[in-house]
Amino acid sequence: MEDGALGRFVPPSCGRCLGVGAREEGFRLELRLEDVSYQVGEDVHIADASAQLDAGSMNVLLGPTLAGKTTLLRLMAGLDKPTSGRILLDGQDVTGVPVRKRSVAMVYQQFVNYPTLSVYENIASPLRVAGVARDEAERRVQEAARLLGLTPMLRRTPLELSGGQQQRVAIARALVKQADLVLLDEPLANLDYKLREELRAELPRLFSATGSILVYATTEPSEALLLGGRTLTLWEGRISQIGPTADVYRRPVSLAAARVFSDPPLNELSVSKVGTVLHAFDRTMPLPAPLAGLADGTYRVGFRAEDLRIGDAPSDRLIGFAGKVTVTELTGSESFVHIDVGPENWVSVLRGVHDLEPGAPVEVAIDPARIFVFDGTEKLAAGPSLKKAA
Amino acid sequence: MDKRMTEQRLSAASTVALPRNAVSAGTTDRPFAVNWRAFGLSLYLLALVLPIYWLVNMSFKSNEEINSTMTLFPHHPILTNYIHIFTDPAWYMGYVHSITYVVINVVISVVVALPAAYAFSRYRFLGDKHLFFWLLTNLMAPPAVYALPFFNLYTAVGLFDTPWAVALAHCLFNVPLAVWILEGFISGVPREIDETAQIDGYSFPHFFIKIFLPLIANGVGVAAFFCFMFSWVEMLLASTLTSVNAKPIAAVMTRTVSAAGMDWGMLAAAGVLTMIPGAIVIWFVRNHIAKGFALGRV
Repeated sequence: MEDGALGRFVPPSCGRCLGVGAREEGFRLELRLEDVSYQVGEDVHIADASAQLDAGSMNVLLGPTLAGKTTLLRLMAGLDKPTSGRILLDGQDVTGVPVRKRSVAMVYQQFVNYPTLSVYENIASPLRVAGVARDEAERRVQEAARLLGLTPMLRRTPLELSGGQQQRVAIARALVKQADLVLLDEPLANLDYKLREELRAELPRLFSATGSILVYATTEPSEALLLGGRTLTLWEGRISQIGPTADVYRRPVSLAAARVFSDPPLNELSVSKVGTVLHAFDRTMPLPAPLAGLADGTYRVGFRAEDLRIGDAPSDRLIGFAGKVTVTELTGSESFVHIDVGPENWVSVLRGVHDLEPGAPVEVAIDPARIFVFDGTEKLAAGPSLKKAA
Repeated sequence: MDKRMTEQRLSAASTVALPRNAVSAGTTDRPFAVNWRAFGLSLYLLALVLPIYWLVNMSFKSNEEINSTMTLFPHHPILTNYIHIFTDPAWYMGYVHSITYVVINVVISVVVALPAAYAFSRYRFLGDKHLFFWLLTNLMAPPAVYALPFFNLYTAVGLFDTPWAVALAHCLFNVPLAVWILEGFISGVPREIDETAQIDGYSFPHFFIKIFLPLIANGVGVAAFFCFMFSWVEMLLASTLTSVNAKPIAAVMTRTVSAAGMDWGMLAAAGVLTMIPGAIVIWFVRNHIAKGFALGRV
């Protein structure tokens, strides 16, 4: 208890930069956003973002391009000041505190290093500024370089390195600082897939030792699932859902969250419930179980590509539709079949290579147990329960 | 039979092809072919070098030799012209004055232009584009326009006939030029580098000197070079705003027209010496300029 209290009085930047390895016991660190909004002129970039991120946690910020991921990271870092709302780090209001007074590290999508400094000086840079003793800085730089496989390149300059190595330098600089908050803005987007997979596996492991709050922005749902931790889905400047990554995937609370966390895109259709029947497209069918408890009205139904079946034997349990193949994409282990059903375009994912002819008629089926039903305000009204899916 | 025919045809084709290659190889090796490209370039080079050569040639001649016959090289080379310039303070102080105000001007221009260019590149503020354009419009008026107001102003404040008068007057042209050049270079540096430095904890001055200046060193080199060149060759303001104590070399050179007639040799020697500082500066910044032309605004 006393340790914790003491920790609070030490300015975070000094505490972290001078600290060796792991944090002291009882130091509870958290970043809290309270109704943070950011506006430029009339454009709202971030609207009422509230979230709590805990120490040592991996937080994936998932959203499509222009959703506001970078803006939110910049607000967290203090590079931009929110128009309204508060940002609290460890209970202290840091909303107006300039970024250089905060304990933050950031890695950009572009490989950002100081081109005129050597790799060693690049990594050591935050320690030099913080006035860390020379041999202590030396030890930490060597350690970070070893972890990221940069030891043979310390004397070179960043521009002499490959893209992957340059990004490793940027990551090493973020690592040595042992900052409270580490922000990674699509750090692997500009790397080839082999390097991306390697680094993605390493990143959470590297930073877990420092106990930092890790925020990882990405556009790829698969990357979020691979990283695990918690996911914040961001859609048009709003945080649509926060929760453990797998839970968010299994049970999106809104249409926006489901759309963001779906690759290939979420399949959707509009339905209307009248009494005990359901109207979908121009058809009327008996009401499937998940919609039973809902009020009459129109709903938007969403389901994932892996839940759209092709060529399954018709049964009472499944709802069948007739469609037409528009295009088939092959990845080798999987085939993505795009199908026009009425006015909607759906995607189905099949294992193995299925080369379906464009224009071919096809019977598709949905398992009602796997659908998400969203009401008029695009909130989840019914869907598969977490326990059942798990 | 058919097969043999095709074989024959094939071999015929190859025999035709071979000598054709040999012929074309022969044409380039022909010993007395006129290489028009080399000829054209040589002519161009000659046209460029001739005036400079002639100046150097004249500087080693006596006035008698210059006036009597046209000689392609000095038949009686003399160093008197140079010796006279280096021993007569009236002459060599001209160089000292020129170099003094040029150096002051280059330093002021670059130091003032750096923060301005950084602001134009990194920040958006009310009327920033108009201000940038207005700065450039300063370059549109000929220096003669400003000669009179500057003369009057500097006389009033006691700056007349000091190196500062010329250095400050030249800033009117060189600061906009330097801002314009540097803005191009600064905009070439990603903003994320500035932010990374902030995140690392650098204060702005520390960042600017340690991280940013080395990044735009080429731009600073290019800007300094252009300021130097303008200030070094500009004569009208320099001679109007000085009389004795800060008289630039260009003004001193006009002295050679005296009652005794033109001192051709001396004038040529002074001309050669005037070109040397420019050549030295170009030598030092040549790599920066080469990169600068590739990267930035110039």
